[in-house]
Amino acid sequence: MIRTYALLAWAWTRAAAQYRVSFALMTAGAFVIGGLDIAVIWIIFANTGSLAGFGLTEVMFLYGASELAFALADLLFGSVDRISQQIRAGTLDVMLIRPASPWVQMATDRFTPHRIGRAVQAGTVLGIGLARLDIPLTRAWMVPVMVVSGIVIFAALFTLGGALQFLLTDATEVASAFTYGGAMLNQYPLSVYDARIVRGLTFVLPLAFVNWQPGLYVLGRPDPLGLPSWTGLLSPAAALALAAVAALAWRAGIRRYRSTGS
Amino acid sequence: MILGHGAAVSLYPRLAWYGFRRHATYWAAALAGAFTNTVFGVLRAYVLIALWQARPGLGGYDVAGVVTYTFLTQACIGPMQLFGGGLDLPQRIRTGDVALDLVRPASLQLWCLSEDLGRAAYLFVARGAPPTLLGALLFGIVAPHAPAAFLASVALGVVVSFGWRYIVALATCWVMDDRGLAVFSLVVTTFFSGLMLPLAIFPGWFGSLARALPWSAMAQVPADVYLGTAGPARALAFQAMWAAVLLALGALMTGAARRKVVIQGG
Repeated sequence: MIRTYALLAWAWTRAAAQYRVSFALMTAGAFVIGGLDIAVIWIIFANTGSLAGFGLTEVMFLYGASELAFALADLLFGSVDRISQQIRAGTLDVMLIRPASPWVQMATDRFTPHRIGRAVQAGTVLGIGLARLDIPLTRAWMVPVMVVSGIVIFAALFTLGGALQFLLTDATEVASAFTYGGAMLNQYPLSVYDARIVRGLTFVLPLAFVNWQPGLYVLGRPDPLGLPSWTGLLSPAAALALAAVAALAWRAGIRRYRSTGS
Repeated sequence: MILGHGAAVSLYPRLAWYGFRRHATYWAAALAGAFTNTVFGVLRAYVLIALWQARPGLGGYDVAGVVTYTFLTQACIGPMQLFGGGLDLPQRIRTGDVALDLVRPASLQLWCLSEDLGRAAYLFVARGAPPTLLGALLFGIVAPHAPAAFLASVALGVVVSFGWRYIVALATCWVMDDRGLAVFSLVVTTFFSGLMLPLAIFPGWFGSLARALPWSAMAQVPADVYLGTAGPARALAFQAMWAAVLLALGALMTGAARRKVVIQGG
């Protein structure tokens, strides 16, 4: 499965490298698009010292951790939520008769290596944030755990978005509300949102486990909603639970699939 | 106005009508887009409310004003195509079909503009109304300060947006791939249109520059006309100026592209 993935991804990477000007522009573009988020954060903190109780460095840490996870998930699996194009064109049929997992084929379809530019940008912000925060090692070990959990959570969201498109073939943008919306949501401390929304993101759709709960643990800050400090340590469990739901939904979608008939 | 095939109506209004009808076919996609625009509007609204609670009155807006600003600019995404696209041109340049468009006895630029105005009219309703109404329901938004001027400002904003997207699309003739250019356009448009943050809070000379650039005509200016934070006459003149400049530049590029396509043989 991993070998198939690598082979297909490499084939698309070589294809993308053929348009050299576009490829260079797009890698730089991915970096700059991510940089826009930071420009927005910078402008916000040029106007205020604290946003919903958090300072610039803490927001940089929260943003970097979530955005790095999202950028890597988007790079590796982001194409999965474009499945409606394949359904409409009838090309999903071809994928289903190949001796490789359709999920792997979807994930590598038009694999766009330039998205790494965004991961580099997010990683830089995370690094700067961490360097300025001075976090003891007893809590810093959680940072790689939360990034990996975040990748799994976002990959599960992309898969759920793909599965949804077996039902809503014409409404692909609904999936974007959850995937890109989830990324946007985690760019800022969840304390800016209504408490009911944060509860929903903790107990229903576990987006709070990407960077908010583990981030509070790393920062050593109490949860504004009063959850215990070890809640953040549950990130891997939340990620695996969501991945299981996504896998079931994806299977159900593939089973339900009846081709376009044209 | 209903345009029949037999009626002696001029070409461009008919193209606009076809553009409207063509996009009206994809109502589910428009609805899904409106849903996503609304979700992002809610997220942006919370972040901006937190900022305006820390700094009341920032940039000349109160909290209700900035919430209204957020949902209005989200509503602009569809009609103004702030994320790019909306034109068939890049695809037709890549496949060579554009050679056919260039020999038609009609201006390519006006042809595309007519279709685009039809598209924008449909998306103004289909993708503009839902975020605005949901914003009003969830947070409450203020009433328009000058409704007629606001509609005029939206229309001019669409023309500026078209002028820019047409230039980006035609540039494909020289780069031969539209994706890199699309990314560049996406970056400048989302940031300098005022979609991410009101341009009024951009600091110092950077803010002055952002407010003078054409992209501000696509979201910031219509929202300011709605809120009454910009004088309608001045705002509309600013948009008309950029519309004229971008359309003129597009017309020059069309001439150049015609020669370029002939050299390549289509």
